[in-house]
Amino acid sequence: MLADVASFAASSQLAPARSQMAFTLGFHIILASLGVAFPAFMLIANYRGLRRNDPDAMLLARRWSKVAAVTFAVGAVTGTVLSFEFGLLWPEFTGTFGGVFGILFGIEGIFFFLEAIFIAIYIFGWDRLAPWAHFWSGVPVVISGFGGAFSVVAVNSWMNQPGGYTLTNGKVTDIDPLKVIFNGAVPYEVPHMILAAYLVSGFLVASVYAVGMLRGRRDRYHRLGLLIPLTVACIATPIQFAVGDTAARSIADDQPIKFAGMECVQETHSDVTEYIYGRCTSDGVKGGIGIPGFDSFLVGWSTSTEVTGLDSVPPDDRPPANTMLHWAFDTMVGICSVLILLAIWFGFVWWRRRDIPKTKWFLRAVAVSGIAGIVALECGWIVTEVGRQPWIVYNVMRTEDAVTGASGVWVTFSLVLALYAVLGTVLVITLRTMAARWREAPAEDQPVPYGPQRPPVEEVGSGGAG
Amino acid sequence: MSKADVVAGIMLTGATLYAVFGGADFGAGFWSLVAGGGERGKRPRELVGWAIGPVWEANHVWLIFVLVVLWTAFSDAFAAIFSTLFIPLSLAALGIVLRGAGFAFQGTARRLRGRVAAQRLFGISSLLTPFFMGTVVGAIASGRVPVGNAQGDEITSWLNPLSLVVGALFVTTSAYLAAVFLVSEARRAGAADLERYFTSRAIVAALAAGALATAGLIVLHSDARYLYDRLTSEALPLVLVSVVCGAGALVLLYRRSTRGTRPLAVGAVVAVLWGWGVAQFPYLLPETLTISQGAAPSDTLTMVLIVFGIAVVLVLPALALLYTLAQRDMVTEGEGPRASA
Repeated sequence: MLADVASFAASSQLAPARSQMAFTLGFHIILASLGVAFPAFMLIANYRGLRRNDPDAMLLARRWSKVAAVTFAVGAVTGTVLSFEFGLLWPEFTGTFGGVFGILFGIEGIFFFLEAIFIAIYIFGWDRLAPWAHFWSGVPVVISGFGGAFSVVAVNSWMNQPGGYTLTNGKVTDIDPLKVIFNGAVPYEVPHMILAAYLVSGFLVASVYAVGMLRGRRDRYHRLGLLIPLTVACIATPIQFAVGDTAARSIADDQPIKFAGMECVQETHSDVTEYIYGRCTSDGVKGGIGIPGFDSFLVGWSTSTEVTGLDSVPPDDRPPANTMLHWAFDTMVGICSVLILLAIWFGFVWWRRRDIPKTKWFLRAVAVSGIAGIVALECGWIVTEVGRQPWIVYNVMRTEDAVTGASGVWVTFSLVLALYAVLGTVLVITLRTMAARWREAPAEDQPVPYGPQRPPVEEVGSGGAG
Repeated sequence: MSKADVVAGIMLTGATLYAVFGGADFGAGFWSLVAGGGERGKRPRELVGWAIGPVWEANHVWLIFVLVVLWTAFSDAFAAIFSTLFIPLSLAALGIVLRGAGFAFQGTARRLRGRVAAQRLFGISSLLTPFFMGTVVGAIASGRVPVGNAQGDEITSWLNPLSLVVGALFVTTSAYLAAVFLVSEARRAGAADLERYFTSRAIVAALAAGALATAGLIVLHSDARYLYDRLTSEALPLVLVSVVCGAGALVLLYRRSTRGTRPLAVGAVVAVLWGWGVAQFPYLLPETLTISQGAAPSDTLTMVLIVFGIAVVLVLPALALLYTLAQRDMVTEGEGPRASA
């Protein structure tokens, strides 16, 4: 009886805890993507500026570093919130498996440190460091972005494909670090996320300059601001499609129930129809566009491939919100496909004429590509997180058994919602204000993100202010 | 000394570095809050922004370091602390978010009103985190955090005399360290008025911190006997070192000495933290969970040591580079872009 009460108390925190985790992670993932990829754009512009003595590229690099300063600062705090949430929301998960996945966060810590140190040197080093020394101070930031993304995403991979430990009486007694670090889902999940970071950031930054060009600011500066990130994103997109396809096939093998949820496969059979959208019910997919046999073909290159259905496990072990999961998956794949078309258009015209397509429709397409990329990114996280449910550690620990026994998660979730709404709004306003200021006063003589100001030398006649 | 003890020592080292560098950043926020609005507080706030701009992000990472070592090497203690102390830790996290946001936005706010709001946010949130971190330390030290998922009292575990005193002590100590650092920063900036301004404030903060530490000892006597007994025996040398350093720093501040205040002030804080560590030894959670009981499997501890070794080789030189460049005015903001020159 007492145990029942305790388990009810814990499970009543499950809904707000999951909501808070999903919301804070979904918010942070955008900033984290920018943190991984934006410094690379910055350095490309910087390199070009130095190599070709290109003042436009140099100005872009300098302004991008100021944007990076703001997004990095906000990303650092939203990332800190996530690390608190490992304890605040999921103490049983971290209490049991912290000794396993924690080593990956230890590695991440090193990269985060290097990132924070060198981004500060780069942002504040524009005036006094030698040009090439300054450029090189930015390189560790890009490398750390890769390393940090690897470590954090590898933790998520481990949650999908746990291994490398021995559990005795509910306690981890032995670990194999290499099996934890290079767990089964790492080969596809890590590249998928790093590519996503470059893809999303590339289209996002390019979209800003596309809007500017649509508004008539068609100078070389804007063109370059569009070209650098767009080129990176357009290279990343087709690779992403291939990696994503591999990931889906691996999930069909490694986490068949997750895959069944993504594709709404109710019963295990072969010659499975691929549904684009549609509503998932226990009788199969209602509505949507069906392509007979194509799901089986995608999984095993043949329509006779058997695909595991949701009915192979008890209802308690199936992921919730099937229709949402399916729609998230289809939306992600759909957006990536459309972005590939955009990349082909851009690539073809560039190959023929060394120029961006002249029509305004191209700029319009790039202008919405940024938001589209973010939607795809969020959909991807819904697929991997909701698809893993009801497990926090796949087939090992249920999310409901991981949640905190503390009451009051509804309160913190409401607070977090309000706080992040303000944070997001202020962030967007701040970035827009910076852009407006740059348009008005092209000379780089304005206040700068987070702090760098001239030292307050003694004022004449101010006397002892104390 | 076991492997787990070494890892615990590493964790305390990280906590010490966070308390000193992160603490000083929080204290700087405190001074920018009490400096007053408008023109009156403008110059102290300018100095604060100028001094911590390049380093605050890196200083903040020590917190992540401590959290990661705690949940990796001592998962049970991490789960117990974060579930029982859900409220103060949520509030500490709130402080971190507000502070980061306030600092990120205060330099970019277009209108004065927005800038003032961001600065106030930065100041107020600078109180939240050290205070609630202090209540957490008080709760752990007094044995109010039992092992398990939210097994302790959600309220009284941190809302008790000892936690409140330690919370206040953390705020005061942060302000003290910040004031001592800002005296040197004012000198580096060539602002003699601000040097005087922060010297007097450092002295006041030092006296307040000393008073609160004494009050803390008295509360410990009745509330956390295990810790009190060890502080007055095994850890006594460290307590005395702290007293001597604190007094020495006070004398140097009073005599407006240009050297030695920073090491002595830092020494006073470090000695108290390690005094706490020695007093709590061998417990992670006093009298319920020892370091060896709470330690992760041996391979995990080895990995933590390896990662720490890599960090020492990679991160410490990088940090030294950043601090050196900052102190030599090499990383600071000035005129327009080089390329257009």
